[in-house]
Amino acid sequence: MPRMTQPKIDTSLKTWDEIKTTTCYMCACRCGIKVYLKDGTVKYIEGNRDHPVNKGVICGKGASGIMQHYSPARLSKPMLRVGERGAGEFREIEWEEALTLATTWLKKVRAEDPKRLAFFTGRDQSQGLTGWWATQFGTPNYAAHGGFCSVNMAAAGLYTFGGSFWEFGEPDWKHTKYFLLFGVAEDHASNPIKIGLGKLKERGVKIVSINPVRTGYSAIADEWIGIRPGTDGLFAGALIHELLRNQKIDLDYLARYTNAAWLVIRNPGGADDGTFARNANGEPLIYDAVIGRPLSAHRADTSPKLVGEVILVDGRRAVPSFMLVAERFLADDYSPAKVAEACGIPADTIRRIATELARTAFEEELCLNIGWRDWAGRIHDKMIGRPVSMYAMRGISAHSNGFQTCRTLHLLQIILGTIDVPGGFRYRPPFPKPAPPGIKPAGKPGQVKPNTALPGPPLGFVAAPEDLLIDAEGTPQRIDKAYSWEAPLAAHGMMHTVIANAAKRDPYGIDVLFLYMANMSWNSAMNVTETTGHLTAKDEKTGDYVIPHIIYSDAYASEMVHYADLILPDTTYLERWDCISLLDRPISEADGPADAIRQPVTEPDRDVRPFQTVLLDLGARLGLTGMTNEDGTPRYPGGYEDYIVNHERSPGVGPLAGWRGKEGVFHGRGEPNPKQLERYIENGCHWFYELPDHVKYYRHANRDYLEWATSFGFIGKPEPIVFQLYLEPLQKFRLAALGHGAIVPPPVHRERILTYFDPLPGWYEPIEESLRDKTEYPLHAITQRPMAMYHSWGSQNAWLRQILGRNWLYLARSRGEAMGLQDGDWVHVTSATSRIKVQVKLMDGVNPHTVWTWNAIGKRSGAWALTPDAPEAKKGFLLNHLIAELLPERDGGYRYSNSDPVTGQAAWYDLRVRIEKAEDEPQMSAPQFPVLTGFKGVAGRRRRV
Amino acid sequence: MHPAYSVILFTTASGAGYGLLALLGLVGFNHGPASSLWFGAVAIVIALGLITLGLLSSTFHLGRPERAWRAFSQWRSSWLSREGIASVITFVPALLFGALWLGFIAKPQWIGLAGLVTAGMCAVTVFCTAKIYSTLTTIRQWHHKLTVPVYLAFALATGAVLLMAIASVFGLYQIFQAGLAVVALILTLVLKYLYWRQIDAEPRTRTIEAATGLARAGEKVRQWEVPHTAKNFIMNEMGYAVARKHAVKLRRLVMILLLLTILVTVLTMPMPGLAIPLSIIAFLFATAAAAAERWLFFAEAQHVVSLFYGAERA
Amino acid sequence: MTSLPAQVPGQKKLGLVIDLDTCVGCQACATSCKEWNTQGYSAPLNDRNAYGASPEGTWLNRIHGYEVKAAEDEQSRIVHFPRSCLHCEEPACVTVCPTGASYKRAEDGIVLVNPETCIGCKLCSWACPYGAREYDYDDGVMKKCTLCVDRIYNKNFAEEDRIPACVKACPTGARHFGDLGDAESKVSRLVAERQGYDLLPEMGYKPVNKYLPPRKRSNEKLKAASAESEIKSDGKSRVEDFFRWADRLLSR
Repeated sequence: MPRMTQPKIDTSLKTWDEIKTTTCYMCACRCGIKVYLKDGTVKYIEGNRDHPVNKGVICGKGASGIMQHYSPARLSKPMLRVGERGAGEFREIEWEEALTLATTWLKKVRAEDPKRLAFFTGRDQSQGLTGWWATQFGTPNYAAHGGFCSVNMAAAGLYTFGGSFWEFGEPDWKHTKYFLLFGVAEDHASNPIKIGLGKLKERGVKIVSINPVRTGYSAIADEWIGIRPGTDGLFAGALIHELLRNQKIDLDYLARYTNAAWLVIRNPGGADDGTFARNANGEPLIYDAVIGRPLSAHRADTSPKLVGEVILVDGRRAVPSFMLVAERFLADDYSPAKVAEACGIPADTIRRIATELARTAFEEELCLNIGWRDWAGRIHDKMIGRPVSMYAMRGISAHSNGFQTCRTLHLLQIILGTIDVPGGFRYRPPFPKPAPPGIKPAGKPGQVKPNTALPGPPLGFVAAPEDLLIDAEGTPQRIDKAYSWEAPLAAHGMMHTVIANAAKRDPYGIDVLFLYMANMSWNSAMNVTETTGHLTAKDEKTGDYVIPHIIYSDAYASEMVHYADLILPDTTYLERWDCISLLDRPISEADGPADAIRQPVTEPDRDVRPFQTVLLDLGARLGLTGMTNEDGTPRYPGGYEDYIVNHERSPGVGPLAGWRGKEGVFHGRGEPNPKQLERYIENGCHWFYELPDHVKYYRHANRDYLEWATSFGFIGKPEPIVFQLYLEPLQKFRLAALGHGAIVPPPVHRERILTYFDPLPGWYEPIEESLRDKTEYPLHAITQRPMAMYHSWGSQNAWLRQILGRNWLYLARSRGEAMGLQDGDWVHVTSATSRIKVQVKLMDGVNPHTVWTWNAIGKRSGAWALTPDAPEAKKGFLLNHLIAELLPERDGGYRYSNSDPVTGQAAWYDLRVRIEKAEDEPQMSAPQFPVLTGFKGVAGRRRRV
Repeated sequence: MHPAYSVILFTTASGAGYGLLALLGLVGFNHGPASSLWFGAVAIVIALGLITLGLLSSTFHLGRPERAWRAFSQWRSSWLSREGIASVITFVPALLFGALWLGFIAKPQWIGLAGLVTAGMCAVTVFCTAKIYSTLTTIRQWHHKLTVPVYLAFALATGAVLLMAIASVFGLYQIFQAGLAVVALILTLVLKYLYWRQIDAEPRTRTIEAATGLARAGEKVRQWEVPHTAKNFIMNEMGYAVARKHAVKLRRLVMILLLLTILVTVLTMPMPGLAIPLSIIAFLFATAAAAAERWLFFAEAQHVVSLFYGAERA
Repeated sequence: MTSLPAQVPGQKKLGLVIDLDTCVGCQACATSCKEWNTQGYSAPLNDRNAYGASPEGTWLNRIHGYEVKAAEDEQSRIVHFPRSCLHCEEPACVTVCPTGASYKRAEDGIVLVNPETCIGCKLCSWACPYGAREYDYDDGVMKKCTLCVDRIYNKNFAEEDRIPACVKACPTGARHFGDLGDAESKVSRLVAERQGYDLLPEMGYKPVNKYLPPRKRSNEKLKAASAESEIKSDGKSRVEDFFRWADRLLSR
């Protein structure tokens, strides 16, 4: 037999006939992608090299987008419930019938009381539109998923330094020499963080991860600090303690860029106690050490004192706010020895980290020879950097002390002088914004009127009790109780409380619950059993559902779809127009603003419509002003893409910032450009405006930047952004709780406001945890976001579910062995609320007082077009079942939501549990719910490449 | 390793077939033209039938059986290819031998040579089969000096018992046949026993630490997460691990079955009148022993890839 | 063909260098590999029971996670460990192949399976110590990493994109592709610098792909820093000390 020759193969296969660019939607990161198509079929998706977010790379989810696009769980036609709610009995209807019905329900609400519509939009990437639609409709009851995701951190950052973690800023990956990473979920800035970590690795930069669990990014950290959940603020406070004690802080930076020198009035019992001393113009005062008297803090030519009591002209006593900061953190409460046990970190380690931070910041100072002009017009010939950077996410936000913890982290960054300096933490435009941003939430009594738009957006930044959305009795005006005494600074709303509140008609009942892309009957709900009960609750007298109408739009057959009355099927992300707008969560880089579009790369093969187009259609049918012409015809007959191009939020400012003006030559501001989308497509569906070097740092005080940002409409005035170490708005709430001012909280809320509205950063024990018996519930229980899954929808993905088709409960090997547990054993996990049964695995890299699992892997049987015996349902589980949506009753019977008391952020990680070996029952996770039967999946469209 | 029934059937059936065929060849070599045409016809048909059954069964194991012919091409490097070629080539002398035995070719002087060549090719084929396994350095239990002898011994022993059984049926039972079977069975038992002892005694030098290379400073390595929670081919095929307790029981069963085969075979000597039932019983015992042995051969084999999937040692 | 091609001096040996110090286990390389190869040279890669109780597909690259603990350390480390074909210089998977479907390319050393001639006997998977070959139950043939042979020479791609899909995808830059036969190549230098290693070298397969070990986490310098003892002072004097220090002339 002859020896065979090596076969000739075609190494230049061309399996596609077309490549289209668009934007990924496999998580919240929003990378640029190139989609390879053959005869209109998606063949391959890769990262777009030119895109500012991902620079060509793609993640595990993004590369599985094909299977999301061809998922059998795609909805295919509008549906109307015909049986009992939740029973999964629907009939297919035509779009006209669906839209007519929705219009009928909504029109009635709008004519009677617009706030009886609760419109909440989950993992929406079109909040620029949806928020505006709610405003036009006239309901204050609007928010996206920020309230159960990150609002306490977003608020902490925006109120403190006009920026934030998440998408609002990033470490200076190129220059930083020391990196602290606190509890990061990887679904926001997913690829930028990975790219950044890769860069740090190349340069040998030390990465310190503070996280109870050592997976993912923590796995490659040079040092892992397996902190006890909820104590990050204590740890950061101890670092601050050490830096202050060793006098390793940047006093000049504090004096120049923060309110450290602003004088705080000391008048215990007085209505002005703890407020800033101000001059006649309302400008805060500092004490000038040279002139020897108070001067306006807005003057540039001063020599402010940071310590020492001052007697004001009117005889009142005052101290620079920094003195209060220093006193707090120099106290024993924050000494490493004191916090070590609570944090589970040896005091020596804390001291060492503090020393390393100080060394890097002050002995490895960085200097870029780039001249710049500060806010007062003074020229600086170089940019000094303190190359320490930090980044934090859900590990901080999912605790009820997250707002203050995050404030403490920012304080740590600021005393080291690391905000927006070379090597530090950089803003991503349109940030920085004034701290806090000036926009206030609309929806006060009298602002919600039949058939009338709200006078402003439903979401904004409360700075004093006057800004709250409450009536004279202090009753919340929003269904989610955001901006009430319960959660005054709820900048993103509180989606997680809507269903329970609506079902209890507390503060009032609603007529229509309109949800988009939010799996509120499953993984986005605390206490799932109760939540599904709320969704199906009936009025005892009338026999009608307490929530009369539920409209739901989604592309896929999630658990929530089964509880809807009217289902509006959305397209997949490859079938639609979208804009990733600067008016929403931006995708900007620190080097400049960026936005992007999605373009349909393939046509839907089902009777589905993009939700945003449907929303504009409904708006026109309802006659909403912004969505109709004067003659009553639709303003955007071309759908969402028409809106993207032609809508103007203010003159010259629209959803997209690139190629504006008739000729497409303006950026930022300019008339609508009818060819704008073409220009985006030509440019790979994104726009990135790189800033010149002299405005890349110190932007909170960089005049050229501030002027440019004003011209772009990012900020109102080119004024410096002064970091608020001491947060006067919180003090105003405290004063109100003490009975000062016109608007004071009802007695039931006073103690809570006094306790938690501390104008100084600091730490308190997470609330739910503080109420539980720690002997009975000795363990913390938290989740981590797996890298290859974005919340619940990854499980319908044929590839991703092979990687992670079920989860285990992980616990420390030492603890597991002590309990006689082995990998694969079944245990009962019991919280004060509920009990679940799951399988365990032991590992080393977890805090010994903590158990954890992967988030949102567990599925309800029959959902997502999986067979009912899918491992996601039979072995997988959610911790959500264990989490109470309300805290235990207080005196007077009042129950607060299980949230951060300042911002209303859902406190997912405050959970305490105990575990016991389960031996007697079937090898299946519990609880099991009745199998969902409404959707069998899109038949016959299984992809065979 | 996953004990695939097709492969177990293939190696045991063809093993017995080749053993029988080889012995027939030797009988032919020894005795010249055969006395019993029918015995010869039936025995040769059974031998070739078993071989063919085995070969067919092995093609069921293929993903693309229609391309099986391609397997004859790589005799330079592949024992599987060599086995395929040897098995096919064996049919030539075997058929010739059969034709001579049955007188279809009237050249009785050639039968001795044809028998010898047939026997030789049978041995070569079984040798090649065994070599497929024994050359796999990835599986310690196979990459062993006794793998080939055990294969050959099993083929010989099951072939000998079968020969005795067929001969008995045709009234041609001779003590010599039983003696041959007993010798082959004892040899098999001893070899297999030694094999087990040796693989048990061998140090399991390959570790998860060495495989991953993550323990160059003496660290301990543990699997933390499987790559996929779903199953995969590698785990199906190579992740099979039989429980030690179960394996010990099965080993004992194999040895008992072999001993029973020997006992029953020995019984035929004083009781030639019961040769037919006894030799058939002996054959059933031998077949069961071979199948169980072959199942264990796979089930006890641990592939080095299992280290990447969390096994501490291999 | 299952005999290996003769090695020539300066033999090109294309392969991957995988940095275990940088890999975060994000699965980008695994799913990018799957999506490229299910439509490229290896197309399609099967997924059986994709939405059922036991989904099971063919993947050419899988990411393991290990916990690594030194006796003297308090903590374990998690190392993410991508595993795919190593394109060995002595690939027994090739020499055992009865049909010649498995072969090692003479020009660049890539080990490939010819899907037209593979009979699906699976022997190559038994011969591979690294679990690199997977059987495609639908096609009845073996599938394996092709080093994206249909990308790295593909004239339809820009030069910079002529790299394997996994390398292109990797967000942390933990995967490198190049000629390990050329001592001066970027990948060879990386291997030399970081003491890249072979998997199971004692088995004699001579893998071309190399792994860069996790770097030693040296806290020695820093341990010294932690020895600085806490100044024993009460809260009050600490505050006073600090205020004395902070009370200096500053300008805005």
